[in-house]
Amino acid sequence: MGRHRLLVWFLAAALPAFLLAGNLRANGLAADVSDRLIAITAAFVGGKVVVFGSVDQAKDDIVITMQGPRQTQTVQRKARIAGIWINRDRVHFEDVPSFFAIASTRPLNELASESVRHQFGLGVDHIALNLSDRFDYSLDEKEAFAAALIRNKQKAGLYTKTSGKVTFPGPKLFRTTFSFPANVTPGHYQIEVLRLKGGQVIDAQQSGVLISKIGMEAEVFDFANQRSALYGMIAIVIAVAAGWLAGVVFRRA
Amino acid sequence: MDIYLPIAEVSVNLFLLLGMGGGVGFLSGIFGVGGGFLMTPLLIFIGIPPAVAVGSEASQILASSSSGVMAHMRRNNVDIKMGIVLVAGGAVGSAFGVWLFRELRELGQIDLVISLSYLIFLGIVGSLMFVESVRAWFQVQCKGGRGKLHRHHWLHGLPFKMRFQRSRLYISALTPLVLGFLVGILAAIMGVGGGFLMVPAMIYVIGMPTQVVVGTSLFQIAFVTAVTTFLHAVNNQTVDIILALSLIVGGVIGAQIGTGVGAKLRGEQIRILLALIVLVVCAKLGFDLIVTPDDLYSLGAAGH
Repeated sequence: MGRHRLLVWFLAAALPAFLLAGNLRANGLAADVSDRLIAITAAFVGGKVVVFGSVDQAKDDIVITMQGPRQTQTVQRKARIAGIWINRDRVHFEDVPSFFAIASTRPLNELASESVRHQFGLGVDHIALNLSDRFDYSLDEKEAFAAALIRNKQKAGLYTKTSGKVTFPGPKLFRTTFSFPANVTPGHYQIEVLRLKGGQVIDAQQSGVLISKIGMEAEVFDFANQRSALYGMIAIVIAVAAGWLAGVVFRRA
Repeated sequence: MDIYLPIAEVSVNLFLLLGMGGGVGFLSGIFGVGGGFLMTPLLIFIGIPPAVAVGSEASQILASSSSGVMAHMRRNNVDIKMGIVLVAGGAVGSAFGVWLFRELRELGQIDLVISLSYLIFLGIVGSLMFVESVRAWFQVQCKGGRGKLHRHHWLHGLPFKMRFQRSRLYISALTPLVLGFLVGILAAIMGVGGGFLMVPAMIYVIGMPTQVVVGTSLFQIAFVTAVTTFLHAVNNQTVDIILALSLIVGGVIGAQIGTGVGAKLRGEQIRILLALIVLVVCAKLGFDLIVTPDDLYSLGAAGH
């Protein structure tokens, strides 16, 4: 049932992508990903996805972004109260990508102006961070919280620190690799390929990757969330059985 | 070999988990304590979300205590009537603790409350145990008479008196009920069994004879951690069975080795060592609360 819901999400997220791709006459640009589905199994330690494609004008710039499912993200700030550090201030940012990676043919500040980069969200500092509730702090404070969100996401390996490189293995063939750590949020990851000419976006192609728990990992997670009472009882039975078994084994030995 | 934990949603080295289970199990075998007070901070330290550490540790303590309580029941070392009264209080305390845990998590203060509870309880218990065991070490030759078996104080004047044959006590049921309630709250918030508080309280507050104290305490811990596991699973979905099983496997092996080693050490030496370990954990937690963090900002909960 959980995976069916994920599939619906996947389709819902992919649909506007197809429409957008049509609008931006993607005839000169084609792109795809190496894997449509990345399985989180018991041995999952993170992974890689290769984005590749072709473009009819090799002189154009290519920028590729990969973004994780959007979430409301809380950022908290500590203050010293009675000698100890306590989380005092909390703000919530809405629709924050849980993961963000970007790669380009040239450094981002060389291939597009500040305003274009801002418009298309090219770079971690151009991710739209909007507060979800009333905010009593100054604009500087908002900036500080937003910077802290990016900094901590980078520390967790979930936002890229430096943008990756899009390479041209063939005259019109481009590719890049995005890697992600084991602590990624499962869900639909959106991949967007932009083609720039003279600093302007002239083409866009969207694709997606589903990162999903599979097999035992998915069973345990779905079970724990959907039938939590039964899961709790099974956890008790397993623990008692393990304790009893250990007692029996070691009494014999 | 890394293993992805489905509920914690992090990848951890399996041998690290087995080793931690073994190490803490070894210590609990030597000292005869559950070890939850060491394991929960360790799990948080290696990057398991605190909520998952507490929920999963409850089920590990359930495993180790249920194996212990069966052995004690065979030797008739459990005051079952007392145990049931303690469990009744403990179940209510656990439910209250799980509710409190959830509220504090929403407020973003659960990490602080876990650290502070550890700091306070480990600090008090560690210092008392250290002073007592050092004194016992120096006075080991003087065989002073202990006086009365238990003193009579205001607690014995409380109503709802009940007879506990196995402990040879006629006391108010309120004392074990309230005691069970308090330890139940701690079990839910701190991810501990509470033996380190329960055992001294049974001896000094309730006045139970020492031969039934450990068995009855384990009886109480087994049932209260079962309730806690269930409630954390239902309310917070934070019980990671894979994590708990890895710790259980390491834990039972370590505990067996530890029990053998413990039998060769003298009582006061064991208690001094345990007191020192408790105080080191306590100092580390206190240091982390006081020292200025590298980054004052941190990421809180993420949701949809």
